Amino acid sequence: MSAPAVHSLWTTAAEPISKIDAPKIEYGQLSPTLIVIGAALVGVLIEAFVPRRSRYYAQVFVSVVALCAAFAAVVALAADGFGTTKAHIAAMGAIAVDGPALFLQGTILLAGLVGLFTFAERRLDPAAHGNRVDSFAAQAASVPGSDSEQAAVKAGFTTTEVFPLLLFAVGGMLIFPAANDLVTLFVALEVFSLPLYLLCALARRKRLMSQEAAVKYFLLGAFASAFTLFGIALLYGYAGSMSYARIAQVVDGTVTDVDPALANTMGNDALLLVGGAMLLMGLLFKVGAVPFHMWTPDVYQGAPTPVTGFMAAATKVAAFGALLRLLYVVLPGLRWDWRPVMWAVAIITMLGGAIVAITQTDIKRLLAYSSIAHAGFILAGVIATSKDGVSSVLFYLAGYSFVTIGAFAVVTLVRDAGGEATHLSKWAGLGRRSPLVAAVFAVFLLAFAGIPLTSGFAGKFAVFKAAADGGAAPLVVIGVISSAIAAFFYIRVIVLMFFSEPRPEGPTVAVPSPLTTLAIGLGVAVTLVLGVAPQYFLDLANQAGVFVR
Amino acid sequence: MSFPLLTATAALPALGAVATAAVPAARRTAAKWLALVVSLATLALAITVLVRFDPDGSRYQLTESHAWIKDFGVRYELGVDGIAVALIALTAVLIPFIILAGWHDADPLETGSRRWRPTQGFFALILAVEAMVIVSFEATDVFLFYIFFEAMLIPMYFLIGGFGDRAHEHGEETAATQRSYAAVKFLLYNLAGGLIMLAAVIGLYVVAGNFSLTAIAEARANGSLHMATSTERWLFLGFFFAFAVKAPLWPLHTWLPNAMQESTAPVAVLITAVVDKVGTFAMLRFCLQLFPEASKWATPVILVLALISIVYGALLAVGQRDIKRLVAYASISHFGFIIMGIFAMTSQGQSGATLYMVNHGISTAALMLVAGFLISRRGSRLIADYGGVQKVAPVLAGTFLIGGLATLSLPGLAPFVSEFLVLVGTFTRYPVIGVIATFGIVLAALYTLVLYQRTMTGPVKPEVSAMPDLRVRELVVVAPLIVLLIFLGVYPKPVTDIVNPAVKQTMSDVQKKDPKPEVEAAK
Repeated sequence: MSAPAVHSLWTTAAEPISKIDAPKIEYGQLSPTLIVIGAALVGVLIEAFVPRRSRYYAQVFVSVVALCAAFAAVVALAADGFGTTKAHIAAMGAIAVDGPALFLQGTILLAGLVGLFTFAERRLDPAAHGNRVDSFAAQAASVPGSDSEQAAVKAGFTTTEVFPLLLFAVGGMLIFPAANDLVTLFVALEVFSLPLYLLCALARRKRLMSQEAAVKYFLLGAFASAFTLFGIALLYGYAGSMSYARIAQVVDGTVTDVDPALANTMGNDALLLVGGAMLLMGLLFKVGAVPFHMWTPDVYQGAPTPVTGFMAAATKVAAFGALLRLLYVVLPGLRWDWRPVMWAVAIITMLGGAIVAITQTDIKRLLAYSSIAHAGFILAGVIATSKDGVSSVLFYLAGYSFVTIGAFAVVTLVRDAGGEATHLSKWAGLGRRSPLVAAVFAVFLLAFAGIPLTSGFAGKFAVFKAAADGGAAPLVVIGVISSAIAAFFYIRVIVLMFFSEPRPEGPTVAVPSPLTTLAIGLGVAVTLVLGVAPQYFLDLANQAGVFVR
Repeated sequence: MSFPLLTATAALPALGAVATAAVPAARRTAAKWLALVVSLATLALAITVLVRFDPDGSRYQLTESHAWIKDFGVRYELGVDGIAVALIALTAVLIPFIILAGWHDADPLETGSRRWRPTQGFFALILAVEAMVIVSFEATDVFLFYIFFEAMLIPMYFLIGGFGDRAHEHGEETAATQRSYAAVKFLLYNLAGGLIMLAAVIGLYVVAGNFSLTAIAEARANGSLHMATSTERWLFLGFFFAFAVKAPLWPLHTWLPNAMQESTAPVAVLITAVVDKVGTFAMLRFCLQLFPEASKWATPVILVLALISIVYGALLAVGQRDIKRLVAYASISHFGFIIMGIFAMTSQGQSGATLYMVNHGISTAALMLVAGFLISRRGSRLIADYGGVQKVAPVLAGTFLIGGLATLSLPGLAPFVSEFLVLVGTFTRYPVIGVIATFGIVLAALYTLVLYQRTMTGPVKPEVSAMPDLRVRELVVVAPLIVLLIFLGVYPKPVTDIVNPAVKQTMSDVQKKDPKPEVEAAK
């Protein structure tokens, strides 16, 4: 056969190029995401071309600039009215630019920035062979305990790839809550998940545990992604479209024309219910709701603590954003079907997280279970299905992310010879040795517990109020009961820090660089400001409480 | 705009707390003096409030109102009625004595970290509690009240868990364990109560749309805000549960003996004489005003619980071997009287209850602080370790006796008037309950006098033979309290004049009239 003849086997003559419409992309409105992804690509180039000794500074500089610029872009868009009056759907229906999206993107960017500060911390571990080191493995590819690892440590290698990885994750998270069709949703999910799997494996100390955590996270995450994808396929079969608006119309019954190719499946409620459930499952996995929470404690414990803090805060924000959009934009017509299920999930998440946390002896695992309980509280706001529900969840997420990053940043400071001293017994008497650090951690714990005058209380009040308004009073009562249970273990840590005698060979508190200090200081400041004078931020969340459809 | 007197009264101790906490570690004594001066200045402000308050004027006076969290319908609203004024004055009077009595309670034993400053912390926490208690008395916004009602737990918790008696019969390690147990128990009980109240607060918002006590009470009175009977009852229960834990009412009382036993005497006074009053005060102000129908509905059960508190507390006090636990159970008995007075729904009962709050604060402070001085001398809280103290330390024994006699409501001392009023007020409406409650007084005589007899009289125990009498600082603490007890016992009019108009208002909220005397009704 002649070459052109072979070629024609797998190509058909294309129609003239002129007939394809060029996609209309509103670059300005997508600029936050574009800046972050662009900077991540620059970060990859830095890894390739910049000499090793200056990579750290170059990476930190690029990342900070990118996150600040992206945040400025979000603020500019919001100031321009894209959060309210000009809210619309950009990029050919793929991405929504509206209040919730901008609010969550702003939160994610700030969480990313604060998280970045903890990533860049290099004063906590003692210098190895004269080189300052951070929390990440010298060379991720070297086998733990091997000669090559020692050589890498000796040579003073550091894994500066973490910065572009962080930026990629942030980029995915920015798209996730703004995604307005199912394919974009899935792509965003993978874009932020894969860097997180990698980051989890990069701990400098306890590397095996870290790698184990990454594998667990990856396997379960892949499993959840598969569910999500299958759900998306079924929903496509049901609605004949990937677009949120179109699916919502089919659910509502306002669209009756049937795609001939899908004549057998379109409008089949079984597909809708099963597909919707699978999609929800994937999202609930990401927020860490019971019974999809199994990965949380192991991953939180094994991952390098800065990664844990970033992941716990930002992933939750992004995933709840996507969950809100899915439930409020795509499936409101199905409310009577998903509400009972979400009720059940919220109840077991609140109670399960709070009860299991009581028995924990490791501070990172404890915070992991506490994050599960908090997912439950936030779900109570999600269930409200009202504008108040959306804005209360937005507010809660903003407050929660700063508390979380701050709390994990404090965990990185308390160290002994083996690195971070995460076992609770080692925290005994910390209040005597370093009153300031213990007091700051106590503030974070009180915020988690929802004590008045902290952001935790304002947030909890907002979601419970929305839930009660939305007719979910029993949920509020259960939420209050699990708050009481949760308070027990937060208080227990405070007891341990302040009322127990310090152990003779207890951990010491490392003096951090201004970066971690800044992260912790911001956490405390936001916690107190949102607790004492939340009105401005509530207004902000309120304005941002409407989804574009 | 006039000077925000109420805000200032609360803000001063709050700022004082911050300043005290910031005093450098080495300047321990300066911190103590600073705290004392701040508490005295607060007392001056409280007296100004008392003077500026016009008993016959409008219901809430010296009001302040500012927007705070618009979204939650929350305003920063302060205002005092007669009941609040009396309790603010009580708080401001007691705090300087508490600080003075605890002068050496928080001196560090060993030098820990360079930055470890227990003394500064102790006095700062006391001032913080004072600030929060005063705001709770002043708040006329339910949410504002709730926030400080809850936030108060944190400094209290550190005061109970962080500072205990120097000498402990089981050594320092056990003492620390028991202290932190007591602190956690205190916190969990009160936090559970508070969180259940939170559910009710949210419920109230859903029903009423705002948190202003005056607005809601008015809307309820003129019928523009209708609450379904069951809703009102649930909300009432949510509020009442929190206040009953705080007060404490049987069977929610078990945190109090632990907390009082393990904390130092001044902190024990702070708990029972100041902080717990917020609970009974809130029953009067919030339960009766916001939920009058439900309050009437619940009255029989609450009266029975109060009665159980009275008798049960007194009986357990009789059986105690530990001086501080004894005072704690006596307090539970007294709180039973207060709650009974409130829910008897007669003006005598409620005036008596308010007066009781004030008098109980002073008398318990006198008894407990002297007991604390006694315990610090011998290094034991057990009654059996004492004997014949009146021969070696007559002044101490004498003041202890007066405090004890006040606790058993001897005529001529302040608590007698209030207890009498409560009993009369209860008897006119619920004679049987009134009669049974009288047994509480008999038992009170038993536990107080037996306590005095065992510790102060009899042969002098060798361990107490060298016991010094009260020092000047201790006398300065005790003498004014005793003067107050005698003064208010003979001439309670200043307090009743302030309290009575407020009580009449509350009575009209629940639309209850005093029962007519039998003779008149028979005509």
